[in-house]
Amino acid sequence: MAFTATKDGSGVYLIRIEGQLIVGNRQELKAAVATALDQGERKFCIDFSHTGYIDSSGLGALVSISKKVREQGAELRLSGLNEDLRSLFELTKLDTLFALSDTAEHAIEGLSG
Amino acid sequence: MTAPLPASLQLCVRRRPGPAGASVRVSLRVPSDVGCIEEVVDLLLRHCTHGAWFGRRVRFNLRVALAEALANAIVAGNREDRSKSVLVEADLSGDQVRVEITDEGIGFDPGGITAPLLPEELDRPSGRGIFLIQQLVDDVSFNDRGNSICLTLRRP
Repeated sequence: MAFTATKDGSGVYLIRIEGQLIVGNRQELKAAVATALDQGERKFCIDFSHTGYIDSSGLGALVSISKKVREQGAELRLSGLNEDLRSLFELTKLDTLFALSDTAEHAIEGLSG
Repeated sequence: MTAPLPASLQLCVRRRPGPAGASVRVSLRVPSDVGCIEEVVDLLLRHCTHGAWFGRRVRFNLRVALAEALANAIVAGNREDRSKSVLVEADLSGDQVRVEITDEGIGFDPGGITAPLLPEELDRPSGRGIFLIQQLVDDVSFNDRGNSICLTLRRP
């Protein structure tokens, strides 16, 4: 996995996941969000438009991130889940835990509003 | 002092032509390193998903189930002990692919894990692995010791 993190004009911290989010790399994502939270970021979008697959550890990392973000009064949206990835969230009921947007642009709009 | 050489993947592929298409048997010995999972999943998909019935969704399900089972074997089974390895044996024949993944751990009771599906449990970061595998493939079985899982995916 590689990811790119950018902050747009509306103050949303956007992380794009490229490749797989699995047990071998989930800590990198958790660390990136934790660092951004420590630096005062409060609006997060994690985008999966270029993600191949996610395993249960990756889902678990997102659950941990979501909890941490909420505890710090910040907001998180996930975007760009294709049909296959979305099915993983539906099977595990995590589609009810996360705010999901079709695209990063929609997520940013939702966070900026 | 030199660093120890990283353990390497050992791959063996046997193909046998048959009236219903070639059957393929793949054996892989995988070091207990989570960094290998992606490569192993790619290798298995490359060798074991011939045939028109392997559509996008079937391939996706197999990828996730394999990644999941390998992670369990390396992390929970072998506890990432680099002196131990995971044996992967995959068979593609006719209308099904069957993959057996065996670690060197003491085994576990798969019935003892409940996935966090209730609203009040969704914040739990773990416990979804076996549940996901069961949802993504047609058949899942374990040996008595609980250190070997067998996944079967059949032609839809």
